[in-house]
Amino acid sequence: MARSALSQGFESKQKTGAQDFFQSFHIDWPLMTGIIILCVLGLVVLYSASGEDWATMTRQMVWLCIALTVMILTAQIPPHHLEFWAPWVFGIGLMFLVLVLLFGDVGKGAQRWLNFGLFRFQPSEMMKFAVPMMVAWYMATKPLPPSTKRIMVALLIILIPVGLIAKQPDLGTSLLVASAGLFVLLLTGVSWVLIGGFLVTLAAVAPVVWFFYMHDYQRQRVLTFLNPENDPLGSGYHIIQSKIAIGSGGLYGKGWLNGTQSQLDFLPERSTDFIFAVFAEEFGLVGVVGLLAVYLYIIFRGMIIAVQAQSTFGRLLAGSLVLTFMVYIIVNIGMVSGLLPVVGVPLPLVSYGGTSLVTLMIAFGILMSIHTHRKLLTS
Amino acid sequence: MADTQLKLKDHLRESRIFTSRVIVAGVGVAALVLVILMRMIYLQVMSHDHFTTLSQNNRVSIVPVPPTRGLIFDRNGEVLAQNLPSFSLELVPEKIDDVDATIKALGEIISFSDNDVSQFKKARKRSKAYQSLPLRFRLNEEEVARFSIRQHQFSGVEIKARLMREYPHGSLAVHALGYVGRINEAEMKVLNPADYNGTTHVGKTGVERYYEDILHGDVGFRKIESNARGRILRVLEEERPTPGHNIFLNLDINVQRAAEEALQGKRGAVVAIDVKTGGMIALASMPGFDPNPFVNGIDSKSYRQLADSVDRPLFNRAIKGRYPPGSTLKPFVGLAGLEYDEVHGGSEISCIGWYQLKNDEHKYRDWKKTGHGSVTLDDAIVESCDVYFYDLALQLGIDRIYEFNKHFGFGRVTGVDILGETTGLLPSRDWKRRVKREAWYPGETLITGIGQGFNVTSPVQLAVGTSILANYGLHINPKLVYATQESGKGTLEYLPLEVVGTVPIVKKENWDYMMESMKRVVHSHRGTARKIAAGATYTIAGKTGTAQVFGIAQEEEYDQENLEDHLRDHALFIAFAPAEDPQIAVSVIVENGESGGGVAAPIARVVLDAFLLRKNTRG
Repeated sequence: MARSALSQGFESKQKTGAQDFFQSFHIDWPLMTGIIILCVLGLVVLYSASGEDWATMTRQMVWLCIALTVMILTAQIPPHHLEFWAPWVFGIGLMFLVLVLLFGDVGKGAQRWLNFGLFRFQPSEMMKFAVPMMVAWYMATKPLPPSTKRIMVALLIILIPVGLIAKQPDLGTSLLVASAGLFVLLLTGVSWVLIGGFLVTLAAVAPVVWFFYMHDYQRQRVLTFLNPENDPLGSGYHIIQSKIAIGSGGLYGKGWLNGTQSQLDFLPERSTDFIFAVFAEEFGLVGVVGLLAVYLYIIFRGMIIAVQAQSTFGRLLAGSLVLTFMVYIIVNIGMVSGLLPVVGVPLPLVSYGGTSLVTLMIAFGILMSIHTHRKLLTS
Repeated sequence: MADTQLKLKDHLRESRIFTSRVIVAGVGVAALVLVILMRMIYLQVMSHDHFTTLSQNNRVSIVPVPPTRGLIFDRNGEVLAQNLPSFSLELVPEKIDDVDATIKALGEIISFSDNDVSQFKKARKRSKAYQSLPLRFRLNEEEVARFSIRQHQFSGVEIKARLMREYPHGSLAVHALGYVGRINEAEMKVLNPADYNGTTHVGKTGVERYYEDILHGDVGFRKIESNARGRILRVLEEERPTPGHNIFLNLDINVQRAAEEALQGKRGAVVAIDVKTGGMIALASMPGFDPNPFVNGIDSKSYRQLADSVDRPLFNRAIKGRYPPGSTLKPFVGLAGLEYDEVHGGSEISCIGWYQLKNDEHKYRDWKKTGHGSVTLDDAIVESCDVYFYDLALQLGIDRIYEFNKHFGFGRVTGVDILGETTGLLPSRDWKRRVKREAWYPGETLITGIGQGFNVTSPVQLAVGTSILANYGLHINPKLVYATQESGKGTLEYLPLEVVGTVPIVKKENWDYMMESMKRVVHSHRGTARKIAAGATYTIAGKTGTAQVFGIAQEEEYDQENLEDHLRDHALFIAFAPAEDPQIAVSVIVENGESGGGVAAPIARVVLDAFLLRKNTRG
């Protein structure tokens, strides 16, 4: 089979001690390589974006260590355990979301955090993997493709947490959670007719959401996106400045630490959501192509893992997580380059910040677990 | 087993469906990445230049560096206008959150007027937010100290040392020098914004205004890199401003001082011209005013005081004052008589105190009721006989009087290097038809002949006319400035003399005759200005004049005692000296001074002394 020839390539070439070492820790080294490259790249850009601030660098490196540890720990959990616990994880997550709405800490105009005294926790983050786990679990209980009734139930499973997150309000996360859930459905083989119907319904519901469920600041973001020049010093400032940063980078960029837009503070939130603009300004189109190549490498490796997964649950979950990872990238770069509204999605593994890093690493841990716990029939 | 069979079949199918979906998703991913890539090519390759410009504009701003204004010197190298460092309190609006609150808070440390605040607000409207704008000028040391202590409370506010225009002689020669003041909105529209970027002051009147282009210099700039908060990080490029050129005046500050002191307490003007060059040795208009408060905006109360004063100190009488020349016009009319051959030196007429036209009851009176008896032209000049000139005017006719006097610059601007001079009025038949829509009457010719009637001249015109006469018809435009000097270089660049032309001379003897008669006005025992001859070490040629302000009726007497001050006659005197080799021509007007010989002439003598008896420092 063609697909196995491609995928076997990664494993059959090296049967070394190192690979055995990784295998024994349930680490998928091709994926690991991509992740490490990206993290190093992220630190390099962050050094520039933070204004060569070693305090920021240290914090980010500590987070990286924590996140990588969490990833490796997650990879140790066999997929069937994940499947078993999926409803529980989802249930607990849902409960946290309700608690956030009732008792959560407010920050930046939204109620997103649960304060446990020692640390603060953002339950919406855990839904990024809890929702696809739950949908995949539900779908795996019956043969596929699912019946219309089961699709409706699955949609409900997705919609409840997404609604709760949107209510906080956190547009970026709810978007990511929703796509994670919907990707599972897409992969189960829901007929294209149904998907088309869903999209039409979405288009019809959008105006209703606009007028009745969106906060002013969210509407403002959309309006600003449509014409940022309308408010160049206010809400349009972010996009205008980030487009200037990217555009002035040109083919080869202004060089590391030499981006005037970022170094002279014209670019807002340049360590977090807008870090891509810093990268594009300093490394140019050549750098951007390189970065996209690394991302594509990770995505396609993830897809191979999904295709090679042995259980329905594993397949669906792995596929969904990989595609959600892609949504991260597209939405972030899209918003920074002025193609999409500013919704507050970080550039995965590059943006400064621990929370999203840990969530992403858990997802990669799950992917590794699915891949490394296979019972190899061929050997 | 059927169950297992079914499940196994499903598993394969599921796997197939899943794989096909993943392939679709992979194609989707590829498509989206392609979109992103195209966007990047659009931004980074196709629009690269556009965004590079925007990025440059973000960080690089060009800050103008205003040039230093040129200095003004008198003919002996004495400084008349200079630039002194002065501390000013300046605000950068961009760096201040609440400008109004800051101004209010500053008011508790440093006093400034409402005028200062409104000037600041006006300036703010027309400048960029990052520009530093002055709120108050000329802080004294105590104020500087008081602010410095509290500087940390006022971000965006600082004390800057600027060069400020200063006129060391105060009100002396103010009407010649003029002054600079803050640029107002009307000037802003006219001035080239590229040249005046960063300049706060501009010449408002006098030489300061006329030679603005020379004095101002060229603006320099500093290309600075600043961050998003406007903090200047470094200077990328700098072009130093070119300072304005210095200018040198013909004006002799000592002669000017003598003229102003002589005019002290009076309303009037003195203009003294270097006969050989047209250089203005003195240009006085009294009363004057101190220009220094005007530099940074005089407070409205003081300004009103000046503007509303009945003595009109802001009015430049020397170039704008309109006075009937009176008898000072007689030498010109007399010379016309000689040149047109209507009279000659020996022609006599009999003056009985009045003159009458045929078929006209109206008596044209002489100032001397009893008459001068038998008078020649020489007598008529020396004693200022009106009847002689009534008769001569009638013989010449208005057209020839007009034609001849035109050569002496009457009735038009003199071309002096101060803006706003009056043209005066040299009446003609054509003028009357055009303006008054009336025919010319013979009686009007008579009074034109003695410098009354429609005749209007300014002091500077009279001085120019006198100078032309003294110079045998050579007409050079009067100028205050004779040279400019590039700052930092020693060499002077002389301005060319503006020679207008020469009066066509019929007989040189006629001119000699007239100049001799004028000399006898001063130096003969019957001369109307004989008083000023006393003690003179050089010869003076002159002519007195009194100009009627108040028209008296036919049979009325001019009652000196009961006339209100402002209705009294103006006193005039024109002169040149030395009579044999004229160096300087002077005109003096004292408003309501009544006596040309008694009031105006002595002032001329003081001016002539100051110039001719000075220790000569410039050739």
